[in-house]
Amino acid sequence: MSISSCTCGQDVTETELMTRLEEVIKENKDKAGGLIPALQMAQIIFGYLPDMVVDRIAEGFNKTITEVAGVISFYSFFTRNPRGKYLVRVCLGTACYVRGGKEVLEAIKKRLEIDVGETTEDRQFSLEVGRCFGACGMAPVVMVNDETYQRVKPARINEFIAQFATDEELVLEGEEK
Amino acid sequence: MINITINSQAVQVPEDSTILQAARMINVQIPTMCHIEKRDPIGACRVCLVEVEGAKILQAACSTPVSEGMVIHTNSKKARMARRFVVELLLSEHDGNCQTCDRGSDCELRTLGEDMGISDLAFEGEKIKPHMDETTPALIRDSAKCIKCRRCVTVCNEVQGVGALYPQDRGFDVFIGPAFCRDLKDVACVQCGQCAAVCPVGAIAEKSSTPAIWDAIENPDICVVVQTAPAIRAALGEEFGYEPGTRVTGKMVAALRRLGFDSVFDTNFTADLTIMEEGTELLTRLKKALVDKEDVALPMFTSCSPGWINFAEFYFPQFLPNISTCKSPQQMFGAVAKSYYAEKIGVDPKNMIVVSVMPCTAKKFEAQRPEMNADGIQDVDYVLTTRELAKMIKEANLDFNSLPDEEMDAPLGLSSGAADIFANTGGVMEAALRTAYEIVTGRELPVENLHVAPITGLDGIKEASLVIEGTVDDWKFLEGVELKVAVSHGLGNTRRMLEYVKANGCPYHFVEVMTCPGGCIGGGGQPRFTDDSVRLKRIAGIYAEDEGKKLRKSHENPDVQKLYQDFLGAPLGEKSHHLLHTHYAPKSQTMSD
Repeated sequence: MSISSCTCGQDVTETELMTRLEEVIKENKDKAGGLIPALQMAQIIFGYLPDMVVDRIAEGFNKTITEVAGVISFYSFFTRNPRGKYLVRVCLGTACYVRGGKEVLEAIKKRLEIDVGETTEDRQFSLEVGRCFGACGMAPVVMVNDETYQRVKPARINEFIAQFATDEELVLEGEEK
Repeated sequence: MINITINSQAVQVPEDSTILQAARMINVQIPTMCHIEKRDPIGACRVCLVEVEGAKILQAACSTPVSEGMVIHTNSKKARMARRFVVELLLSEHDGNCQTCDRGSDCELRTLGEDMGISDLAFEGEKIKPHMDETTPALIRDSAKCIKCRRCVTVCNEVQGVGALYPQDRGFDVFIGPAFCRDLKDVACVQCGQCAAVCPVGAIAEKSSTPAIWDAIENPDICVVVQTAPAIRAALGEEFGYEPGTRVTGKMVAALRRLGFDSVFDTNFTADLTIMEEGTELLTRLKKALVDKEDVALPMFTSCSPGWINFAEFYFPQFLPNISTCKSPQQMFGAVAKSYYAEKIGVDPKNMIVVSVMPCTAKKFEAQRPEMNADGIQDVDYVLTTRELAKMIKEANLDFNSLPDEEMDAPLGLSSGAADIFANTGGVMEAALRTAYEIVTGRELPVENLHVAPITGLDGIKEASLVIEGTVDDWKFLEGVELKVAVSHGLGNTRRMLEYVKANGCPYHFVEVMTCPGGCIGGGGQPRFTDDSVRLKRIAGIYAEDEGKKLRKSHENPDVQKLYQDFLGAPLGEKSHHLLHTHYAPKSQTMSD
């Protein structure tokens, strides 16, 4: 089966999403190693892995919730929180790290007032850490959704964030500083 | 067979052995913290590193298979130093509050450190994030002490088929616990305590009831009654240096009296009572099915083991109507003590405290179930594990070994050998057959020494069948019926059996289920460390206790007969129904409910 894209922002009912989840479970439950692909697809469908989805996947795969939780919490790709419109991933691979990735991360955390793995209250931004996007020559690198941004400077984080912010207040705040 | 050399000793071992197994065959000890017998090795702790000639690096003995001509050095300097290094690293992140830790000298990590001569810590490492989980009535988890050996994960998932514990997160943040670092009360934990039984350190243990019991004993206005489960008498001695399986019934009674309990009674008494109620219930169900052609739930499952009840409520709610409505012997005892006995001695049940000594942690959970009371009076107030009782005896400075053998008090202290064998897998079934067969045929169960051989021993699922012949008038409808029974112990085996029954229908009439491997003698509250050799010794002790008694059948217990005459009336009568029976309800195992 194919899952076209994230449904965030679309008008899709929960029932429709659950129907798609059932298809994913049906397709993967008898395959060796089918749990991880199913979790990946579930995350694409729902944007994250809420309790209800974890319950259903555990049941469908005849595994305990605790074991499924162990897999989800092992991989940083999986998230238990709804992600914002913009997923900001700061690379902390070796090259980015030595060229100030950590400082970039700190500046973004401060600007968005969230920690790694969290989402802003207005659901605009989520923050994650990456380990090398294969763009070391442009370090430090930040990815926002599917776009890569090179040589990001901690001192100019307000402008960096402002380019995505659709929220008026956030833009103004960014310009002020 | 293949040839290997361990520490210069040539030896032949089976091909599929690991180095650890091979070494044990010739009594060469290799320390290990994560290994559980008969389970696939996981190589998590690295404490069993040994030197193998020709190998570039040291090998974990538990997970390395032997090969022809292999030369192994378990005690070379290189191997010893590597193991020491591993233990030093474990100690560096372990919260080492040894002075106040529940485990004390019983801690495997501390013992290992001591044996290796580690006298100061080489690494000032980052400590594990502490989290105390005291959310359940039976167990406490102290994650700061966890060394992530995963023994608990192995028993919870593989042996018990429960899966309440699993490694969460990754790297240094790995946390052994319920889903997403929740607490035990938030997941489908059955409270069996097998995790606590295998934990090498103080990370999982029973929640202590000792302080409240000391207070009750001190209070002159309270009558404190104690009952001891059959499995205690063949294991308590281990805490005082006796061999596993040594029967210390008399010393245990003497110790309980000296601790200050007002009456020292036996859960065995209500094990006999359970047979009367449960046996009658089984025969009634069979009559309904065979004569009245009613739709009645068969097979009937035993209900003595509270971990099993939790397991069924979480995972197999469709079988709840099949579980006997009898309360467990522990709960029956509480109900009888606070009614019949309280009335007899003229004590207001409100001023009576019933304490149980159980081999079990799930019994702590069972005692506080809201349905376990009659007229608002809780059947059992506090539950001690075998380990906790040993601690109380030590706290009271009793010299256990020199105590005299004393007898249980009357009238709730007399029991048959059938009650003793409630302690081990197959025992409840055998006890039930001894009585039911005799009621139905008027003759003694026709097996050697009253033991039903096919259901003894440590096989996970055991079966037996018995053709009923020569029935007395009341039970003619059972003439020629082949009674089929099954016994399972260890919830993983039970899960397999129930999945089979779900898929293929049930060939049995009556099924005994015990939560823990080996039955109660291998319970989560028993002295550590329990493996199959210990289980077999305790079982042998229990059978010896049974065979040493004149009274071998529950229905012949004169004090139980008197209880019916003077107080209860008949089995399954109105009073029994009120005091001795209970009900079950499905429990959710999901996170979103």
